[in-house]
Parts: sequence; structure tokens; C-alpha cells
Amino acid sequence: MTVSQSVLDPSTIKPPPRAVMPNASAPATVPTTIIEPRPGWKALDLRELWRYRELLYFFAWRDVKVRYKQTMLGAAWAIIQPFMMMVVFTIFLGKMAAVSSGGLPYPIFVYAGLLPWSFFSTAIASAGNSVINQQQLITKVYFPRLSIPFSAVGAAMVDFGIAFSVLLAMMVYYGIAPGWWILLVPALVGLATLAALGVGTVLAALNVSYRDFRYVIPFLVQVWMFATPAIYMKGAASPQPVAVQAASRTTTQSASAQRSAADSGSFDQDFQRPTAGMQKAPAWVRVLVDLNPMTGLISFFRASTLGGDLPWRELGFSTVTIVAVFVAGCVYFRRVEDSFADII
Amino acid sequence: MTLAIRATAVSKSYRVNQAITRVKYRTLRESLVEAIAKPLRHLRDGAALGKTEEFWALSDVGFEVEPGEAVGVIGRNGAGKSTLLKILSRITWPTRGRIELCGRVGSLLEVGTGFHPELSGRENTFLSGAVLGMSRHEIQNKFDEIVAFSGVEEFLDTPVKRYSSGMRVRLAFAVAAHLEPEILLVDEVLAVGDISFQRKCLEKMGEVTHCGRTIIFVSHNMAAVEALCKRGIVINNGRIEYDGGTDAAIRHYVRLSQQLSTAPVSERTDRSGNGLARLEDIVVVDEQGTATTSVGMGSAPRVQLRFQSRERLAAASITLICVNWMGQRMFTVRSSEAGYPLTAQRGQTTVMCSLAELPLVPGRYHLHVVLKNSRDVLDRVEQAATFEVIPSDVYGTGRFPSPADGTCFVTSGWECEA
Repeated sequence: MTVSQSVLDPSTIKPPPRAVMPNASAPATVPTTIIEPRPGWKALDLRELWRYRELLYFFAWRDVKVRYKQTMLGAAWAIIQPFMMMVVFTIFLGKMAAVSSGGLPYPIFVYAGLLPWSFFSTAIASAGNSVINQQQLITKVYFPRLSIPFSAVGAAMVDFGIAFSVLLAMMVYYGIAPGWWILLVPALVGLATLAALGVGTVLAALNVSYRDFRYVIPFLVQVWMFATPAIYMKGAASPQPVAVQAASRTTTQSASAQRSAADSGSFDQDFQRPTAGMQKAPAWVRVLVDLNPMTGLISFFRASTLGGDLPWRELGFSTVTIVAVFVAGCVYFRRVEDSFADII
Repeated sequence: MTLAIRATAVSKSYRVNQAITRVKYRTLRESLVEAIAKPLRHLRDGAALGKTEEFWALSDVGFEVEPGEAVGVIGRNGAGKSTLLKILSRITWPTRGRIELCGRVGSLLEVGTGFHPELSGRENTFLSGAVLGMSRHEIQNKFDEIVAFSGVEEFLDTPVKRYSSGMRVRLAFAVAAHLEPEILLVDEVLAVGDISFQRKCLEKMGEVTHCGRTIIFVSHNMAAVEALCKRGIVINNGRIEYDGGTDAAIRHYVRLSQQLSTAPVSERTDRSGNGLARLEDIVVVDEQGTATTSVGMGSAPRVQLRFQSRERLAAASITLICVNWMGQRMFTVRSSEAGYPLTAQRGQTTVMCSLAELPLVPGRYHLHVVLKNSRDVLDRVEQAATFEVIPSDVYGTGRFPSPADGTCFVTSGWECEA
């Protein structure tokens, strides 16, 4: 009866029905939903998430739209925030603490590190709080719960895109020509997204039952930043080869490029004292930095945009860890999501 | 023919945290002691958070619904009807049992699900539509229709936070009313909005059933249930008590609520609010000053309330909501609106509320009582008092208005002008 009616009903002819439909491709069958207790571990069900991709898009779109509402500068904040961070780190670490930057001008060195890092940290912070911020929705309507932290990460990606243009501008200013490896940036962003999704979903799920995580997240982000070579150089033992390489590559550029290469040279000479770097760190800190999946990712990101040796081995390690974290995060989220509406 | 919904032996239990329910308000010292003792107790008891006990919100609920049927689910607050609706809409999961739903499911548990105050009416239409399960294409197709239904055309590009609550509700409902699922689950959403808009919504939902769609409608408003549904399910204490024709179901529900109102207020446990103050006693007093359960038509009774407060209350208010036997609201009086600032010392306070002459037709009426301070609901008791309005010669002609004439009576004077 329902079948014949939905065929007759003109409204159902227009758009193909979606949502809550296990077999949307077969028009003759009426979609059936079965509700049963489903304890324990569940599969990821990316198919369902894909069916709800429009909702995911709408959530991300809403987050982006709302973020800079009623601000005077609007989306410029996406640029101002990492840029000011760069200025602050340049003053305090680049100049005062004289942290080694491997022969690159410290501002662009730190910006290239901060860029993927702030994407990751913004994404995990907003994903971590996303589910509890959406409790109104979770208690009122069904949709795959994973779309909430996923869309939060998606919204952070927009900021990354805007801030990336500043990196390109700075590369022009400092006369650093990108190599072919810059084409790997989308893949690296994809990897950073997976990492943020993995960590973000775990934090989001934990936050539902333990609101303590609301206070843990900012702290975690801060500590993690220091364990990531975003604002400093990992194992800054021999900055010379990189500097030479960067300088030699830039000599083929225009006159202004040569000027800035000279700048970076003098910058480097001024701060040749081996004051900072990883050598002075205790062994356990070095192990921590090595195990941190963001280490390889960020070093590789910087090398692929600004030049230098590409740390393939570290990237490989990061990739394996990140995929593991992503799967573990989503699986844990799926396991606890059924109780969200009851305990939130 | 396949069924639209088949539910078999559905049960749902919640863990109730005793530590939370037992003492809600404590002194700072107690809170500090608790804060220190709790982690220690944690270690001792393992991972469990305090002592928990099970509460069965639903037990062994089973029913079948044919396609195109409209079923009203009625029951008191906390009877389990909302839990049932949440399970049907996959917001929460049953502890036991199985439900099969055949067809697209749309649930409408709230007006304005997914609305964001900062976004404009146009943006929110898309957002809310997507949240409720419509595709972008579908929303685009129906956009003009939705806007026309809501009647907020001029404000489409204004942020929703600048809307009046009425406008918000209209837009939100307009989006929801254009959902076209085979099965529509609706909670008490009609309790908001003005009367004419409510009727419009009811009509729109009525259209839905004529198209062969299935509706599950949860409501306190018996009149709405009666208008929309042919079949009623009465839920009480998590079980189905009655399943059959709407009229019989409503009668069953009315009997249940009569049993309820015989329990003294101070012993009632089905109350909400933070418990800072509690209604202990409520009596209806007639014009002669004696407590009564029946008042004459057109008389002006008083309501005497006694409550116990745990602390001094300033800027508190009392709301009395009068509903008829069908659950329809007759009138609401608030001490704050009457310009009476209620202050109370710690301990017992007695308040007397005088009502004007009641224009109610004969029948049985209930009073819900809500105690509030400026921020929170302190105590809320539904059907705290019940009274009967008995016929009297209000027109002075020996003729009585009957309940069939309407919900209230109005005296009138007549004269010939020509």
C-alpha cells in the first residue's frame, strides 16, 4: 500500500528520498528501519555518513557563517590570528630566545609550522566541544552523530585555506620559490584532517560523559604544541645545509629574492649560537616529540613548502599513527554514541 | 499489506544516580566534603559513578500501526510517552525489544530544531530542513511554499534572533510541516503558537494522514488528539494501559488523572523543579470561605496554597494553570502579572489567590501549579487541585449553558434598537 501510494504521490517523484534508507538505490522496496539494542562495538558505517553528506556540509557551513558573525573584521580573523601568533613567536623565540630555524627567516619558518598546527589545534578544540554544544540537536533529532565532530573539522579547514594564502604571500616576500613538492600539500592537509578527526571524536565523546574535558582540551592543545616542532626545529643539529640549499635555490630568482636571501643569511649569522634546539631537551621529551604524529606531518609540511630535506621516514610513521588514531577515535565514538542523548 | 510500525516488547531502563536525586541542595561545606569524598569513593567502587539504580521508563511495550493510521499517545508527565517517541525517532535506544519502521521517518520533537539565532530566516530554513532530513534540492523546491506558509516573507534576511517568538515558531513549523515522510512522529509541538496558527498546523497535519501517511502524535491536549487521531494509546508507568478508539482512550486517561488527583499534594512525587520550595497543600475555597471541590458557575473562588521553602525567596512567583478534563488550557494566572511581588521567609508560607468570577461551563477542571523564582522553576505539580464547576442559574432565566456550547459562557444583554 505504501509502495503504490508513494509512486502515485507526485511529491516523492521529484527528489530521490534519502536519509534513514538502507537501500535507497532500489526504488521498489520501502525503506525499513530496524531499531534494536545494539551493545558493544559497531562498524564505522561510512555509507550512512555519506548519505548524510549534505547535513555534514550544512553543519560546517553554519559553523563558518556563525563564527565571525557580528565581528567588525569578519573572516580577516582567520588571517590575523595565525599572523599575530607568528609575530609573537618571532619576537620571543626568534629574537629573544634565538631558536634555530634551519637557516630560514624565522617568521616564515614559524608561520609554515603554525599553519598546519593551528588547523589541527582549532579542529580538535572545536570538534572536542562540538557534541556538547549541539545537545539541543542530539536530544531532538536523529542523524549520524559522527557528522557533528566531522563538520567541526571541516569548518576549521576553511580557516586553513584562508591562512594558507598568507603563507604564499610570505613566500613571495621572502623570495622562496615553491618546489614541486608543494603539490603534496593537499595530501598533507588530508592527513592532518584525519588526525584531527581521530583526536576530535575521542574528545567529543569523552566530553559528553565527563565535562572535565572542556577544561582539559585547551591545556592539552597547549602542551601538545610544545611537543610539536611547529615553533622550533626538531633536532636542529646542522642548520647549515638547509640554509645553503635555500640560499642557492633563491639565487636563481629575481633581485628582490636575492635581497631577502641575504637577509635570511644575516638573520642566521646573528643567531648562530646553538642555544636552543632539541639537543638540550631531556631524553624523554625527545622520545615524546618523536612519537607525536604531528611531528613528521609538520616537518614534512614545512619542507614541502619552503624547501629542505623531506623527512619521508617520519611522515611514514606519522601516517601509520594517524590512521590508527582515526580508526580508534571513530570506533570509540560509535561505541558510546547511543548513550549520548541519555547522558548529555 | 506491510505494517508501518511494529514494536515488540520494547523496554528502556535508565540508570538513576541516587547521589544526585537524593540531595539536590547542599551547603558549601557539604559540597566540599562531597568533592573530596567522591574521588575516594570512586576508587573504592570502581568505575561506577556513585550508586545507581535502574528505572524502567518503558516496559514491554508492543503495538502495531497500519500505514495511514494516526495514533495519539497520551499519558501523564513521566509516563513514558516521550521516551517511546525518542526510541521511535532513534534518538535513544531501547534496552530490550525490537521496532520495525517501514518507510521514511520524520520526527518533530521540537519546534525549530537546528535553528541558529545568528543566521537569517532564509539560512535557517535550509539548515532546519537539512536537520529534519530534507535534501537541499527538496528544500529549494518547497522554499516558496514554506515561506508563504510561515508568513514571514519580509524578514527572511533578518537574523532569527531578532524575530518575535511567534515568528520563530511559525517559520520553524512551516519547515517541519513540509516534511514528507511516510511516518511522522510528533511531540507536543502544538502547545506553542497562537490559536489560528495551531489550527493551520493541525490542518496541515490532517492533510498528511489523508495522503496515507502514518502519524504518531504525543500530546497533553486531548482536543488535538481527538481532532487528529482515530486511535489512542494510553501509557501509564511505562506500560500500555489502553489501546483502542480515541474516545475510549481519552476516557481511560481521564479516569487515570482522577485517581491521581486524589493523592494529597505533599505526597506527590511526580513533580519537577529544583525542589528549593515545595507546594505542600492547595485548597479551593468558595465565596463563603469553606474548602470545597465544587464551585458554582460564575462564582469567584479563591485558591489557598501553602508551600515550604528551604531559603528566603525574593521575587518569586506562582502560576496557576487551569485545564479542563481534556487537558485544554482554560486560563493562566500569575502572581507576577497581577503585580504581586511574592516574598517568603524560610519555612512555611501561605498564599491566597482570589480569582474573578469564573466563566467556565460545568465540568471538571484541574489546576497545575508552578512555583518560580526569577531564574528557575522551584516546583511544578500538575493537577495539584481538582474542582468541579456545577451548573447554576447564571443567566437568571433558569436556563443553563451546557458543555456543548463551548468552553466558557458569557452573559449577554439584548435590546431592540429599531
